[in-house]
Amino acid sequence: MAIATTPQLDAAQPVPASPPPAMPVSLEVNGKRRQLEVDTRTTLLDVLRDHLHLTGTKKGCDHGQCGACTVIVNGERINSCLSLAVMHEGDRITTIEGLGTPDKLHPMQAAFVRHDGFQCGYCTPGQICSAVAVLDEIRAGVPSHVTASLTEAPQVTNAEMRERMSGNICRCGAYSNILEAMTEVAGDGA
Amino acid sequence: MKFDTPAGQNPIDQLRVVGKPTHRIDGPLKVTGTAPYAYEHHDVAPNAAYGFIVGAAIAKGRITSMDLKYAKAAPGVLAIVTAADAGPLGKGKFNTAKLLGGPEVDHYHQAIAIVVAETFEQARHAASLITVQYARAEGRFDLAAAKDDAGPSEPSATVGDFDQAYAAAPVKLDATYTTPDHSHAMMEPYATVAAWEGDQLTVWTSNQMIDWGRTDLATTLGIPAEKVRMVSPYIGGGFGGKLFLRSEAVMAALGARAAKRPVKVAMPRPFSINNTTHRPATIQLIRLGATPDGKITAFAHESWSGDQPGGGPEVAVQQSRLLYAGANRLIRTRLAVLDLPEGNAMRAPGEAPGMMALEIAMDEMAEKLGMDPVEFRIVNDTQVDPENPSRKFSQRQLVECLRQGAERFGWNRRNAKPGSVRDGRWLVGMGMAAAFRNNMNFTSGARVRLGDDGMVTVETDMTDIGTGSYTIIAQTAAEMMGVDLDRVVVRLGDSNFPVSSGSGGQFGANSSTSGVYAACVKLREAVAQRLGFNASEATFADGQVRSGNRSVALADAAKAGEIVAEDRMEWGDLEKTYQQSTFGAHFVEAAVDMATGETRIRRMLAVAAAGRILNPISARSQMIGAMTMGVGGALMEELAVDKRFGFFVNHDLAGYEVPVHADIPHLEVVFLDETDPIVSPMKAKGIGELGLCGVGAAVANAIYNATGVRVRDYPITLDKYLDRLPQMA
Repeated sequence: MAIATTPQLDAAQPVPASPPPAMPVSLEVNGKRRQLEVDTRTTLLDVLRDHLHLTGTKKGCDHGQCGACTVIVNGERINSCLSLAVMHEGDRITTIEGLGTPDKLHPMQAAFVRHDGFQCGYCTPGQICSAVAVLDEIRAGVPSHVTASLTEAPQVTNAEMRERMSGNICRCGAYSNILEAMTEVAGDGA
Repeated sequence: MKFDTPAGQNPIDQLRVVGKPTHRIDGPLKVTGTAPYAYEHHDVAPNAAYGFIVGAAIAKGRITSMDLKYAKAAPGVLAIVTAADAGPLGKGKFNTAKLLGGPEVDHYHQAIAIVVAETFEQARHAASLITVQYARAEGRFDLAAAKDDAGPSEPSATVGDFDQAYAAAPVKLDATYTTPDHSHAMMEPYATVAAWEGDQLTVWTSNQMIDWGRTDLATTLGIPAEKVRMVSPYIGGGFGGKLFLRSEAVMAALGARAAKRPVKVAMPRPFSINNTTHRPATIQLIRLGATPDGKITAFAHESWSGDQPGGGPEVAVQQSRLLYAGANRLIRTRLAVLDLPEGNAMRAPGEAPGMMALEIAMDEMAEKLGMDPVEFRIVNDTQVDPENPSRKFSQRQLVECLRQGAERFGWNRRNAKPGSVRDGRWLVGMGMAAAFRNNMNFTSGARVRLGDDGMVTVETDMTDIGTGSYTIIAQTAAEMMGVDLDRVVVRLGDSNFPVSSGSGGQFGANSSTSGVYAACVKLREAVAQRLGFNASEATFADGQVRSGNRSVALADAAKAGEIVAEDRMEWGDLEKTYQQSTFGAHFVEAAVDMATGETRIRRMLAVAAAGRILNPISARSQMIGAMTMGVGGALMEELAVDKRFGFFVNHDLAGYEVPVHADIPHLEVVFLDETDPIVSPMKAKGIGELGLCGVGAAVANAIYNATGVRVRDYPITLDKYLDRLPQMA
């Protein structure tokens, strides 16, 4: 964080600068093998945005509080800001760019356009990655906080979807429309 | 073009494209992550270095020393800029506090340095090595404590004799309400890429008002405005927070100059809330007097807020001058000096917190009168400005909004006795409020090109902050030039384009499309001239220009070369002659858990009357987005003030809670059929803020109806009513 600090440093002159520690890492991003040498402090999010120029994944808070950086890693959604890139050796990563393109939209992307499930568009890639993964989670029987029974398969209900999407903040307030988009896609896929 | 007489019939009235539900033309870019936001312009500055801002750790006082040597020696560091070496800096016209502090510190997290390094991680680390010593000074951080020292501010007004009428009124209400400081909390952080070429600066940034931002950046740096280009084609939300130049743009420019490299800076989320602006807290005293039949005879609304020295008030009394009748009126605004971060505009400044208070007061007064709250508002409707009865509203369908809303929501099923409806463990209640927000028009320019391929290209420095500007501007140009939407290209957010209204105060949609209308009128004239038509007789439709029995393809007009037209819409006195406002009604059903006090919103409906709705899809999204923000204001949003050290404690998205998916049910919106020819040739008004005005009070009134507990201090969190809930049977 950007507050001025008062570190307890020796009053002597600073030691000469040493280069930052770097490590090789190999990722499979949207089906493509990417070999990188990264600063060990670099998050998966910053690798995607600043090293691979996949800027569809957004940085909203960098603290796991907003969901804008959601990507799908090995089939599960994560906040890419909370994860260091070097932790993902060999991982399969799908970003919004891997779901579809303007000429060939993923069904969830098309549903978001149809239902106006966004306004400013900044949280949108994260919402869409989450939405796709949420429907997979429900189909896979993963329970949530609102699932009434742990022994029966969860259903695609409004309450289930809203609960599972609640880590993705949309300050423009498109929630009502996002639910409609998800409901449509869930219905098509059933 | 100057709009100084009410609009007659014009090409927009054809409504072949305008007014039709239209999906966003920028939608496919946004849902695929290919729309470039401020920090993402890798193409324009591939060698950009990274900047990291250091903020003041005190709220008021002086920097006595800054030790930069460890930071300078850290790996990758290219430059460090502080006030000591930034050279003389000015202050933007729209800024209250300086954007680079030092040695004086005006507020907590005011920027005091930028570190520029080869990588983000290096810049962040080096910033943490800067050692700062401060001499802390006493500050004023508590609005309630500063209230009695607050000075007079505007607006203020008196009509008749309030004191006498209030004393004589058979039914009275005297209640004080508070609203806390709010944060815009838009999803895209404040971010800028700055690049110098000689003395020419270009910033790719996230800003609602390109010309204000460009001018204030030039003023701050002490260079001519024409030496600054500001580009902001996509903006990840603003809500008023990005109306003004902010420190990341200034620091990026200073860092880039020092490092002799382009520099990109994004404010870390936990830094931005205290570094930038917020909606100021208010204390509002409302006194109403009425006769037993519900006619208001005495109306007083007084508001207190605070700001940095030289700042302005939160104009929470604004709607109270216009919304309800009443012969004797008192409107007062008071402004205290506080040393908290700068207060400034946030979505519907004035009316948002003002309506939160006024519309609870109206609910309380209706109960005292034994009247239905919808009926009480209808009885006190006015068709003229209460302070100047010769001045009419251009359109005012408040009563129709209230009646339709009540009908559609099933308001007649509401039990007027609070705390009397149960659904299992839930106490269930209904609440309502009027919605009101003034309409404003700003001068707005555009350039329109007809290419030899028949494509129509619109260029304006207008911005799209999620509002749908791209789409309604394309609709306007398509309608005016008689082409399909896919024949129109819209280019926004660049100071190389004509100056527009920008986005804010719900003035953007109507103002900017009117500017495009004006430019298209000129282009139509140029096309007609090129084709040898009489401009006043030519019609533009289906890609053809027709006059008499001659018909020529529009594209043919540009065969000999592109035709370019530019104009701007300016506004005459119609907003003085007529009061231009937007109206609506909010209805809410809420349920409160009898045991835990948890509040859930079950249903929401808004009925709105705001002139012609240019695009029902994006207009509805503006409404539901505002209603969602209103739920936040009602139930959770509050910047907690540390009154000892003078800062907002919960300065991130975990601590500053905003509504999430689980908080918001399906939302209903109805637009009344309305055109307002007094407002503009588009006959439209603003819609982006109306949806926020009143909705918080509708939630508050629903909670009261559910529980019988009246809370007058927002947000209505359960700690304020849990101990007063009805006994469980």
